Amino acid sequence: MTAAFRLTDSTLRDGSHAVAHQLTEDQVRRVVAGLDAAGVPVIEVTHGDGLGGSSFNYGFSHTNEMNLIRTAVEAAVDSKIAVLMLPGIGVKDDLRRVAGMGVRVARVATHCTEADISEQHIALAKELGMEAVGFLMMSHMIEPEALLHQARLMESYGADVVYTVDSAGAMTIDDARRRVAALKDGLSCQVGIHAHNNLSLAVANSLAALEEGVDQIDGCMTGLGAGAGNCPTEILVAACEKTGWETGIDPISLIEVADRAVRPIRPEQGVIDGDGLLLGYAGVYGSFLLHAKRAAERYGVPTRDILLELGERRVVGGQEDMIIDVAMELQRRAAAVQPAVA
Amino acid sequence: MSRMRCAIVGSGNIGTDLLYKLQRSDALEAAAMVGIDPDSEGLARAAAEGVEATSEGPGWLLGHANRFDLVFEATSAWVHRANAPRYREAGLTAIDLTPAKLGPLVVPPVNLDAHLDAPNLNLITCGGQATVPIVAAVAAVVPVPYAEIVSTVSSVSAGPGTRQNIDEFTKTTSASLVEVGGADHGKAIMILNPAEPPILMRNTVFCALGDGYDRDEVADSITEMVRIVASYVPGYRLKAEPVFDEDLFRTPGGDVKARVVVLLEVEGAADYLPPYAGNLDIMTASAVRVAEAVAAAR
Repeated sequence: MTAAFRLTDSTLRDGSHAVAHQLTEDQVRRVVAGLDAAGVPVIEVTHGDGLGGSSFNYGFSHTNEMNLIRTAVEAAVDSKIAVLMLPGIGVKDDLRRVAGMGVRVARVATHCTEADISEQHIALAKELGMEAVGFLMMSHMIEPEALLHQARLMESYGADVVYTVDSAGAMTIDDARRRVAALKDGLSCQVGIHAHNNLSLAVANSLAALEEGVDQIDGCMTGLGAGAGNCPTEILVAACEKTGWETGIDPISLIEVADRAVRPIRPEQGVIDGDGLLLGYAGVYGSFLLHAKRAAERYGVPTRDILLELGERRVVGGQEDMIIDVAMELQRRAAAVQPAVA
Repeated sequence: MSRMRCAIVGSGNIGTDLLYKLQRSDALEAAAMVGIDPDSEGLARAAAEGVEATSEGPGWLLGHANRFDLVFEATSAWVHRANAPRYREAGLTAIDLTPAKLGPLVVPPVNLDAHLDAPNLNLITCGGQATVPIVAAVAAVVPVPYAEIVSTVSSVSAGPGTRQNIDEFTKTTSASLVEVGGADHGKAIMILNPAEPPILMRNTVFCALGDGYDRDEVADSITEMVRIVASYVPGYRLKAEPVFDEDLFRTPGGDVKARVVVLLEVEGAADYLPPYAGNLDIMTASAVRVAEAVAAAR
């Protein structure tokens, strides 16, 4: 039986956001072993913001991502190990290094309107013998036709697949469907979808994408990921089976891996709280959530106001520094309207 | 004193903005703009200003080298790597506005006078020109084990050269935080933002602070540096007072207990692109400043 799509699990990359980049080698080893045994074909392991993401701006990694990647490559028998990289944060040398370590898939991410900064990195990935994935973040911000134009650039640089990425979990089912359909229609290479769950639509959007012929889908076990979390891999696989889409993965063993290896990492994962919902509603980059909560505490302003203002300013992925800017400004505004009464 | 005869190689955003700034200099003369695309807007604007404009590329410049003293390279890193040895052979001083990093890295308020005899001076990147002064200001009063910068520019102000040099931008800027800024370790991040209307160039500087720092001393040093940079880039300013955060930060330069965060904004002079493109200004204004110092030293 052939699978209806190729599954990439990003628990150990997008999930890095949910734990403020504190993943350990032990966690990586156990998750990779579980996913590999269950038959998940691709497993992504990197700092949440990709190679070189460990920083003041995005949070320092507990364990150097190169050690996590090496651990993953060693633990995987059949699964391919993938990495994420954002031009402007990571550099080509990082790709060379991980290619030498046995990483087989390079996912090169840009904001959905900036595909042309990925040319060198996609070309290098191909040169190094890796699969190259183009990853168009915040895809909800532009219309399907404009997205196709950017996807064509990535295809022309050599991408084997181009993803529409709902980084803010802001897409409705129709939004996801139209974007996948436009890419399927206009590209010769494969098409993927990466969904977030802020509107509780990640699985539904992935299933709608399948109806439009999507070739690759991302998930994270238990949904462990930025913002309100990702498309939960084990739920996607179970829902696919019930719908009649072949996955090549046994849902029961995947549920066991979720409970045994992933749930303990962050037991509260899966709850879409008000702030998580707000990200999707306002179309704000999911990874901002924990940073906004921290800034809210540090500068004494409500998380909700920070998120809404970020949405208003149309900040893009990677601009975590704007969270401090916004929090400081809200703090000043609040001080200005404070009544001068004892 | 006769003015130094300058050629601008590259007719994109940077080269064109530089053209207008050179027109205002008493020490420098924009004698030619050299491009490769006869239809480029930059070359048309140069011709309209009465500046010799050619699309015959660097080969033309080398054929007429005796008519010039200095060349501004406003192309891309790999083009400059190919051109630099030929400029040198022809006796032309090169001010490099690409992140090629062949010559010493120069940031006017930090090390302007250190490399005036060098045949090739590198201006790092717009992000480097905007942030290295702040790192140097902090490092002047307290050890900085690690410095990190995030430079965000509007998508429309980043031309094809900038886009294809994003790796070089990241690496050269990171190196400059250490080599010129005085941090022990450095990291640079570049972001393009497509928002409409376009955003002003934004830079955020994070400096890890060694023990025993004095908040007022650090803040005063930063404020004074901003004043100096603003003297040649008028739109350069603090977006807010420096922010001091105390926490445990596990940086590549070791664990520290505090950091200072400096939020900067650069509004351009709108010589070529509108004011949002402060990234062009800080680069071209720094280049003019360096070239004027070279001229004065001759």
